[in-house]
Amino acid sequence: MKKLLTGDEAIARGAYEAGVHFAAAYPGTPSTEILENLAQYKEVYAEWSPNEKVALEGAIGASIAGGRSIASMKHVGLNVAADPLFTFVYTGVNGGAVIVTADEPAMYSSQNEQDNRNYAKAAKLPMLEPADSQECLDMVKLAFEISESFDTPVLMRLTTRVCHAKSLVQCGERQEVPIREYHRQMDKYVCVPAVSRKLRIKLAQRLKKLAAYSEQTPINFAQYNDLKVGVITSGDCYFYAQEVFGDTVSYLKLGMTNPLPVNLIREFCQKVEKIYIIEENDPYLEEAVRQLGFAPIGQELFPYTGELTPEVIRQAVFGQVLPTIEYDQSKIVGRPPTLCAGCPHRGFFYEIGRRKDIMVCGDIGCYALGSAKPFNAIDTTICMGASISMGHGAQKIFKLGEKPTKVVSVLGDSTFFHTGINSLINVAYNQSSTVNIILDNRITGMTGHQENPGSGYTVKGEPTNLIDIETLVKALGFRHVRTVDPNDLTLLKETLDAFLDLDEPSVIITRWPCALKKFSKEDKEEFRDAFCQKYVVDTETCIGCRICMRAGCPALSFDQETKKAKVDKVQCLGCGVCAQICPKKAIKKEDK
Amino acid sequence: MTTKSVLLVGVGGQGTILASKLLTTGLMQAGYDVKMSEIHGMSQRGGSVSSQVRYGEKVLSPVIEPGGADILVSFEVMEALRWLNYLKPTGKVIVNQYQLPPMPVITGEAVYAADIIEDLRAHADVTVVNAAAIASELGNPKAMNIVLLGAIIKAMQLTDIDWEQLIRETVKPAFVDLNIKAVHRGMEAVE
Repeated sequence: MKKLLTGDEAIARGAYEAGVHFAAAYPGTPSTEILENLAQYKEVYAEWSPNEKVALEGAIGASIAGGRSIASMKHVGLNVAADPLFTFVYTGVNGGAVIVTADEPAMYSSQNEQDNRNYAKAAKLPMLEPADSQECLDMVKLAFEISESFDTPVLMRLTTRVCHAKSLVQCGERQEVPIREYHRQMDKYVCVPAVSRKLRIKLAQRLKKLAAYSEQTPINFAQYNDLKVGVITSGDCYFYAQEVFGDTVSYLKLGMTNPLPVNLIREFCQKVEKIYIIEENDPYLEEAVRQLGFAPIGQELFPYTGELTPEVIRQAVFGQVLPTIEYDQSKIVGRPPTLCAGCPHRGFFYEIGRRKDIMVCGDIGCYALGSAKPFNAIDTTICMGASISMGHGAQKIFKLGEKPTKVVSVLGDSTFFHTGINSLINVAYNQSSTVNIILDNRITGMTGHQENPGSGYTVKGEPTNLIDIETLVKALGFRHVRTVDPNDLTLLKETLDAFLDLDEPSVIITRWPCALKKFSKEDKEEFRDAFCQKYVVDTETCIGCRICMRAGCPALSFDQETKKAKVDKVQCLGCGVCAQICPKKAIKKEDK
Repeated sequence: MTTKSVLLVGVGGQGTILASKLLTTGLMQAGYDVKMSEIHGMSQRGGSVSSQVRYGEKVLSPVIEPGGADILVSFEVMEALRWLNYLKPTGKVIVNQYQLPPMPVITGEAVYAADIIEDLRAHADVTVVNAAAIASELGNPKAMNIVLLGAIIKAMQLTDIDWEQLIRETVKPAFVDLNIKAVHRGMEAVE
């Protein structure tokens, strides 16, 4: 049966058909939907892990115990999981194991543009790069076969467009694979130096066998047309190149990009006159082709950053794009992402943004938008969990000065469980007097509402143990801990004032659900009145001072004709932040 | 046939995704090769969004390049102007008579120009659809996206596909009648 699937859906479908038993992930755009889809199959055990390292380690354990396992993550997630990865490659597998990395050329939803193909080379494991959804399904099945035949984990490298573009896929049935027998093998799975030295040699031998496999696998293939130009490419760039060149050039399309099929590449390069390397991000293929003694045209022509979509290739090769309409673009106003109407982070960023004498270490999540106008309330964003630990380091330095700047670290509930918890242990241990804010919106927000250890439910929607953040933080030894409603600006201000004055570390938990969250039974009980109220502007009282615009709310605008503030009733969710900011008390609850 | 490209644009939360899902499913069932591309994630929180749909005998790239769209369907007025360079010079524009002020307009740094539709008309074949008003008339402003789907179906001459059946199979039973009415009203809105 043919279905229209995204690459993520096709990876999930392929893993399911390959009989996968265990799947783990931490949500991260553009990889999130892989696990969300795997969780829908009753035959597959699936979980959201607190972070990518834990997800991969779970998958390693599942593989060694004899099951087929998969761990999926966004590109930066593989940094977190790199530690187990590099040694798992030494031990090899029992049941097949596949790791999926979803890279982000152009950084639509990421803090950097790292090219994870480099991980395959550095960690020494085979890598497959699908170009569309059908290849995602076919290659994940192949990856499990390679994994078990060669006794190695396999990396699959996807990019945003492969993950999120839909194309037609021929789906099959699930083939049940028996769980392999487990027995203790200390010379395989106990990586102490004496064992690892032997495994290191086996790894080198395995790579040679994989290199031979790469020469003959049908997923590496040449398409010969005119021989004047030959394009070497992998992933979605294959289709972009075809869109631009059609049948006028020859192609070497590489589906297995570690180890590379050097003989196949050499043969192709000898046959064509001019070689283009079309690949996104790093010159990974280009450097390999150069090492073989050829002079390909790669990043001297094609950009090293962003996506190599057809217009980018066209511009690079032909110096022009398709004819377009010429028009005056000066009336176009930018539409930067904003905190949603009713977002529980709004009150916090309004309050913290008014304090100019502090440093705010931010983190990865919707609340990175606290750096945008009108809040301008974040000093740093680096990686998951870094807010609390960077704040700690900064505070230690500020303390050396005469009038120490106070540091506030801020992150969300899911990011706290991801790696923020380690950072907070450091603050508790090494006592840095930072104010640590956990914006608990009862869900993993940015990636589209995934359960987490604090939400009380599993990825399959089953009730589970709920980790209470306040209890946990108190157990770490913090003496100053307060949970507040972030829509209560008076309480928030009072708490911030009190904790910023302390000479010891403190934790503030703001607890209010994401405005887009589908409420659980418990949410309905705890947040009874949430999002039921609407606010209106009393135009008699409003003086048009625009102070309410500092709430940066998409439901609130300034009417240029009447010179008064206006609330869009469709969007307003009644958080009341604007009403508390208004100096004339002109924004009022709507009469029901 | 050559590959056709339909570019749906709007603001996060306007329902472009459901409209493009119905469109692509209908095209697939009619026997076309179909590819569709969207970007999800951070840039979409109240930001500018696009669904890029391509169909034909054999589709290569899932993305539409500037100057490549046969039709630009904008769920919001400003977004039509933002994406106009993606339209073929001979292409058509369908624009929803509906404005959502971007944050720089809300904060007073920028002004939402009143004459954008006139600008569009000066450069392309434009059909204005008051999808918001039509959907409200039908009893649910959220059905705006399905009204616009109807407009696409008519403009791209895809009326032979059984859209009513597809809506029955895809949407919740309570919304079937509403959506069928909405798709027909959208078709009627295009000449």
